Order: sequence, then C-alpha cells, then structure tokens
Amino acid sequence: MVKPTRVTNGIRALRFAAGEMTQADLAERIGVTRQTVIAIEQGRYSPSLEMAFQIARVFGVGLDDVFSYEPEESE
Amino acid sequence: MSESNILDTWMPAGHMSYTEKNTWLFGIIAVGGYLAYLVVLFAQAGGRPIEQTEYVVPMLATIGGAIVVGILGGIVLGILARADRDNGGKPDVRDKEIEQLGERVGNSFVVIGALGALVLAWLEVDHFWIANEIYLAFAISGVTSAMTRLGAYHRGF
Repeated sequence: MVKPTRVTNGIRALRFAAGEMTQADLAERIGVTRQTVIAIEQGRYSPSLEMAFQIARVFGVGLDDVFSYEPEESE
Repeated sequence: MSESNILDTWMPAGHMSYTEKNTWLFGIIAVGGYLAYLVVLFAQAGGRPIEQTEYVVPMLATIGGAIVVGILGGIVLGILARADRDNGGKPDVRDKEIEQLGERVGNSFVVIGALGALVLAWLEVDHFWIANEIYLAFAISGVTSAMTRLGAYHRGF
C-alpha cells in the first residue's frame, strides 16, 4: 500500500508501553473515532498538529517521541 | 480498557464509522435512484423515440424517493451509531476532511453538468435532453463523491 504521508509514528509501541492501551481508549482520549487512530497508526492519515500534540500528551511524551518525518532518499 | 484487542489494527466490516456507512448509503442511493429512473423511462418508451417519453414524473419520483430513502437510512444509521462507543457515533475531524474532499470532487461534476446544460440550451436542444443531462450530472456527482470518500477511508487521506 502506498502511504500518502512520510510521517511515521510509534503510537502502537507507545500504546503497548502505556499498559496495553487499546486503539479505542486512545481514540476516546483524543476525541476521534477508532478508525482515525488506526489510519494514523498505519500512516494513512496525517493528524493535525493539534491532534498530534493531544496524542503526545496522552502518552506524556514529546511530539518527537511520537512522530518522525522521513525525508525522501534524494533529500 | 475496552474489549478490542491491542493488536487489532484491521477493521471488521461491522465497525465502519457512522459517516462511512452513510457514504455507502449515499453512493448506493445515487446509483440505485438513477438506474430506477432509467428502467422506468425505457419501460415507458416502449419502442417510441425516448425524447417523446414522459420523463418529469419518473425523474421527480426517483429524486424524491432518493431523498426520502437517504433521510430514513440516515436516521436508522444515526440511531444505530448512538449505541456505538466509538466517538459517540459522531464524525471526527478526519471524517469531516474526507467529506469535504468528496464534496469538492462531486461538485466539479455539478459544474460540468451545468456547463453542458448551458451549451444544450444555446443549441436549443429539446428540454428532455437538457433535463436528463443535468440529472445524469447529479448522479455522476453523487457517485464520484461517494467513491472519492470511500477511497479516502480505505487507501488513506
């Protein structure tokens, strides 16, 4: 599957580390549907900056600890 | 913690969001409504030239029917979504962005349809063809809008 974004994230690992938090729990904490959490985890949707901060705050980490931007190889 | 598994990253068919279900309904109605119109139209024609067929009543009936089915279906989906724990069945920011994308694509076909109707009017083509060209544009607009939204839900956005 071609991912529409080069923003990657470690949300799944962070959920594991946070007491095996489910996607539904994370979705509820940030006020979105579970489908949106799944799309973000799979790199099919880039969240807004505000939502990214909300996600980072849920895990008590910085934005860089959740998301990273992978430049193209030519860059 | 909910019952969903932490490893569960796929979406079972029964777990589409309210807005995605509504999009499916919208697309099905757009296709079904137009096909129903064509069936009635050609049945009425019965071998006569199609432009001599009474088209206004079938067109109004299928447009009205599509609106009624859409409203009733939306109400049923809304009632079912209320019981859903997932964001209370409410659309979230991604749903709204996807809806806007679908509307942009769909509206472009409405504009194309309007321009086509303008050209047909300039050429003084029979009202039958102008009305049917506009109705076809509406149907294409609805279908492409729904397909764009469903594509965004599944392939990414």
